Amino acid sequence: MKGAPKLRTAPRALAAVPDAGPRPTPSDADLLRMFHEMKLTRALEDRIERKLYRQGKITGGVYVGRGQEAISVGAAMHIRRTGEEDRDDIVSPSHRDMAVFLMQGIPMERILAQYMGRRTGLTRGRDGNMHMGDMRHRVVAFISHLGDSIPVAAGCALTFKMRGTDQVSFCFFGEGAASRGDWHEGVNFAAVQKLPVIFICNNNGYAYSTPAAQQMAVAHLSDRARGYGIAGSSHDGNDILEVYDAVGGAVARARAGGGPTLLEFVTFRMTGHSAHDDAGYVPKRLFEEWARKDPILRLGALLEERGLVDAAAVRELDERLESEVSQAVAWAERQPYPDPAECLEGVTKE
Amino acid sequence: MATEASRLRERPQLRGRKTRHGAASAADPIAGMMPGPLRPPVNPGLKRAELLAMHRHLLLNRLVEEKLSALYRQGQIVGGLYSSLGQEAISVGSAFALRPDDLLAPMIRNIGSLLVRGVSPRDLFLQFLARYDAPTHGKDGTLHFGNVEKKSLIGPISHLGTLIPVMTGAAMAARMRGEDRVALTYIGDGGTSTGYFHEGLNQAAVLKLPLILIVENNGYAYSTPTARQFAVESLAERGPAYGCAGESVDGTDILAVYAATLRAVERGRRGEGPTVLECRAMRMRGHAEHDDMRYVPKRLLEAWRGRDPIGRFEAFLIEEGHAVRAELRSAAAALAPELERAAAEALASPLPPPEEALKGVYWEPGYERPWWPSA
Amino acid sequence: MALTTYVEAIRQGIWEEMDADPRVFILGEDVGIYGGAFKVTEGMLEKFGEMRVIDTPISEAAIVGAAIGAALMGMRPIAEMQFIDFISCAFDQITNFAAKNRYRWGAGVPIVIRGPSGGGVHGGPFHSQNPEMYFVHTPGLKVVAPATAHDAKGLIKASIRDEDPVIYLEHKYLYRRIKEELPKGDYVVPIGRAAVRREGRDLTIITYGAMLYQALEAAEVLTREGGIEAEVIDLRTLLPLDKDAILASAKKTGKVLVVHEDTKTGGIAGEIAAIVNEEIFEYLDGPVLRVTAPDTPVPYSPPLEEFFLPNKDKILTAARKLAAY
Repeated sequence: MKGAPKLRTAPRALAAVPDAGPRPTPSDADLLRMFHEMKLTRALEDRIERKLYRQGKITGGVYVGRGQEAISVGAAMHIRRTGEEDRDDIVSPSHRDMAVFLMQGIPMERILAQYMGRRTGLTRGRDGNMHMGDMRHRVVAFISHLGDSIPVAAGCALTFKMRGTDQVSFCFFGEGAASRGDWHEGVNFAAVQKLPVIFICNNNGYAYSTPAAQQMAVAHLSDRARGYGIAGSSHDGNDILEVYDAVGGAVARARAGGGPTLLEFVTFRMTGHSAHDDAGYVPKRLFEEWARKDPILRLGALLEERGLVDAAAVRELDERLESEVSQAVAWAERQPYPDPAECLEGVTKE
Repeated sequence: MATEASRLRERPQLRGRKTRHGAASAADPIAGMMPGPLRPPVNPGLKRAELLAMHRHLLLNRLVEEKLSALYRQGQIVGGLYSSLGQEAISVGSAFALRPDDLLAPMIRNIGSLLVRGVSPRDLFLQFLARYDAPTHGKDGTLHFGNVEKKSLIGPISHLGTLIPVMTGAAMAARMRGEDRVALTYIGDGGTSTGYFHEGLNQAAVLKLPLILIVENNGYAYSTPTARQFAVESLAERGPAYGCAGESVDGTDILAVYAATLRAVERGRRGEGPTVLECRAMRMRGHAEHDDMRYVPKRLLEAWRGRDPIGRFEAFLIEEGHAVRAELRSAAAALAPELERAAAEALASPLPPPEEALKGVYWEPGYERPWWPSA
Repeated sequence: MALTTYVEAIRQGIWEEMDADPRVFILGEDVGIYGGAFKVTEGMLEKFGEMRVIDTPISEAAIVGAAIGAALMGMRPIAEMQFIDFISCAFDQITNFAAKNRYRWGAGVPIVIRGPSGGGVHGGPFHSQNPEMYFVHTPGLKVVAPATAHDAKGLIKASIRDEDPVIYLEHKYLYRRIKEELPKGDYVVPIGRAAVRREGRDLTIITYGAMLYQALEAAEVLTREGGIEAEVIDLRTLLPLDKDAILASAKKTGKVLVVHEDTKTGGIAGEIAAIVNEEIFEYLDGPVLRVTAPDTPVPYSPPLEEFFLPNKDKILTAARKLAAY
């Protein structure tokens, strides 16, 4: 039916491109961690969108990644963090990648303060919601002009090539942003220069009200890879093991000097475009279908199967996360607003 | 807030990582730019008169450009001059596949397409000489002119790739009005790297518009070889990469270009969407007249010298019995005085009056359509 | 004595910075093997290698975007726009990414975006533009426009060393027409400081870029023919404007004429007139006048372009009118 994203269950890779080589498999600890991170992300974003926003406590808009958490979490597991600038990877997330920020060590409280426009938010109240970054946490802040971050991510990777390190640049974007000219220029540049970039497309079916079939004429965004001479494949974005595996392979390729990879993860946007959008243009049954494929449910089922969690442990985790989120919200609500005169500061280096 | 203190910012260790650029092979960086196998042209069903008309336009293309080059050396040309030597089959062959009312937008190396469309050499000379009677009244140079109503012609700007979204929109409008006109434009191998290429082609593919994008892969974008422009072997890959048709042909074989363009045109008229048609040739002169192209390996030029599109087509015409060499020579000879006359008229034509600079920025009554009255 | 052209001065400035600081590198179209369309980067590929002199695809947005990314990682990129007219293809990256990055999350973007601007070379509408005001209007950027070979070298060094994104506008008309003897050794021209090129007490002409030479010629004529002493200020930096220099001269002469090759509406002359009006109205003995190009695209044919461009005679007409107040 029109707009429904097609699923591929098996990853594809281009024959002409060097193989990714050996990739890591997640340990039990990794699986538990991924479960935790997805649940934390969901708890935090639910609180922001369903409670705080409706209570009028958020300044500006809210854009969450409900239902798409496996992509950010599965990918972020591969971001190398040692604290050393010439070893750490760099990541350029987009607005539905909350988990990336959390997993890169940015405290929840500061993200909430950011949403509330407070002085101690990541941008000191200069920008809102997910428009934040911190180079100490190796996170590049994106701008509203989606697609602009792609050449920037390529530029970070250019530096890695110049330094001769095996650092990698992770770049997240939606299927809509991939229609932008800047996206094309960035991917082509990374391809011709063989830069270590992982291009991660969150194809969640809709760009605001535009279904993916009206965004592109290819069945899969990864079909674009052949036009750049790079590796590309499409995957089930709600299967965190598939995400973990695909990104792991791409990272291995990049670190080995094999150049960029274009990965498409097919998922579904389980909300409106933003908190104020009721997504009336989306057929209701799509929400029902995709709810059954929820990434957290699926990983939870696997963990139970393997005896790594039980119902009680999950309940306890949920309660603990709720409490952590509440504490962070309380901290954020106590934070002062910036002084009005601060508006004039920090435009250029002082 | 993030700080900027970092030891790496003081003393970066730039060891560098050697990577192979693009699709080039380490052994021979220009292997991908050499001409493909030489195949004899195949007549897709054109009659003798049509074949000779094609030949005449190829000659006209070359002779017009030779005349422009001569004028340039005499210091008469205002601004730059860009040649399509070695690529004439692409402009002429593709334009021949269009109906007169199909939308056409040439780029800087497509004088041949304008000649097929019926633009006079005199108008071209006037443009390059910046005269008042030129289609732009001297406001802009080279091929930066058009006329949509009379010639279905849209003029380019210097920003490469910008024509593609524009032609997508033109095709969209034609369809809205129930017309079955197609839209054809050109882009170079370098121009495919622009964001405009991407946005325009993607839009055309999604909307299944009849856009024919002739990708002139002539090996170089100024001094940048294709190995530094992209990492695919053939730009035809960009067709399926956008969910539309993609094809690659020998750009020095005018009949191959014509046949492939016709296929693309018919595909478009059937409502099956755009085609990316890569035509491979070699830029036999510099980026522009002032460029001596010393960065092009001599052996690459040598390899392509045997692929001159006019030479190949003439060999075909003679071989297939459509003409003898003497006829072809006299066709060229017949054109020469015509061009001399056109050039002389253009040289004698006045420059624009200074105040013309202020006219036509916006619509103004009494100045609605002064441009290119002879369109 | 050895004279250095304006274009060679830029080349020297870039070369010396690249030599001294391994973080500095260049990316752009035809900058490597070709040495740049105007030969600004001639010889640099051989000297510094292809890792630091990068021939890019035709992708202005990616050129600037990649420069931003590399700058975030500690490098000091110089992004070349082959003709500054093509800077519009990177408008988003410059105004929305680079310009706002520090303000939003404290990550400065020390990049230089440079290229040849200006007309007078029969370049037509797309090879003759003066786009400075799109960027002067964007907080977070710096915009410089040297008029002399000395300043070209000093300002490119200052731009490369600056912690914020700088748009460096070279005037192509001046490339090989200006030749000067340059000081030996390292020197920098500070961003944000204008220069008094000619002292005078009767009226102030404020200008920048290629128009400096037209203004100086006009000033000579004013003295010779009417004993009018014009003071000529070369702005050198458009953002931030050297308000102190502008106001000091305006107070001294009481008569201000602004000359720029950029088109009239939205050109910096309007901004300067507003500043002078706001801050030192009492000192004025006449209105702030301006000589600019008209509000049209840059036309191609020589008589049209001549009509379009400001020149010594147009400056004289305005100066005489102002002097008569």
